[in-house]
Amino acid sequence: MKNITVTVLIDALIDITLLAFLAITAIAIIHMRNLFVIIMLFGIFSLHSAGLFVVMDAADVAFTEAAVGAGISTVLMLATLALTKNHEEKKPPHHARLPLLVVLITGGALVYGTYDIPSFGDPMSPAQQHVKPHYIERSIEETGVANIVTAVLASYRGYDTLGEVTVIFTAGIGVMLLIGGRLLRRKKQEDD
Amino acid sequence: MKHNLLLRVIAKYLFPVIALFAFYVQFHGDFGPGGGFQAGVILSVAFIFYTLVYGLETAEQIIPPYVLRILASTGVLIYAGTGVVTMLMGGNFLDYDLLSLNPIEGQHIGILVIELGGGITVSAIMLMIFFAFAGRARS
Repeated sequence: MKNITVTVLIDALIDITLLAFLAITAIAIIHMRNLFVIIMLFGIFSLHSAGLFVVMDAADVAFTEAAVGAGISTVLMLATLALTKNHEEKKPPHHARLPLLVVLITGGALVYGTYDIPSFGDPMSPAQQHVKPHYIERSIEETGVANIVTAVLASYRGYDTLGEVTVIFTAGIGVMLLIGGRLLRRKKQEDD
Repeated sequence: MKHNLLLRVIAKYLFPVIALFAFYVQFHGDFGPGGGFQAGVILSVAFIFYTLVYGLETAEQIIPPYVLRILASTGVLIYAGTGVVTMLMGGNFLDYDLLSLNPIEGQHIGILVIELGGGITVSAIMLMIFFAFAGRARS
């Protein structure tokens, strides 16, 4: 019994610490004007989110967040920053009172909305009642895959994952069309 | 960063470790967290790290842009092709049960193949996007 209390306490402590760091990072991002610092803080923000996902036992999501959010997107944003001339964000000319009001009202509405959301991990919530029991009970005998997340992603929802891969492919094609390709570079060299 | 000896040596030693981890995530996704998507990102990170230290020219000698373009489309083709193969075998799109006589074994083959396709596409596209940005900064 004592052990359970200690575990709950430690969990709460980790949650509070991570959320506090998340909030501090977010506030720091708002206050910073140097874009390089902001990009680094974005990476730190993603890493903290990944930590939160680990605490919530979503190892696969945490993995993706750490690899994509903290890793790749930071590098891509830095690469974008290297292309721009101005590394300082301009100070806004006036106080943003109206946007602040909109954000506060929207945030308040969202917080109010959370009271109707079933509590975290509630087994009776609609999300847990629909197809999830089938996945948990039958996925090992139907697919033979130990990791249920992989079974859902690759087998039960293989069609959706194909869509995801296609989205990434399309994004790559878009970037190549916009800024990639040798043609553009050669033309630029001729212009110079 | 081309002339920093420490970085150059560390990059050389870290590259195979990161790549190995990517392959572990790729093929161990059935049992642990991860899968094709994460593995693809990690593999491309290994190449990006190498590029940051050794420069774009060296990296493009190892893996030329046209290879990346072929790889990116091959991944999607492998994924969608698996679905077409199962349709030709008389089942639904991406119905892995038919890939082998034993449905469980078919599922294993199907998941392995589509994860591989996803991983190839993701790593190639991530590298392509990075090369596009880095190449633009150079010119």
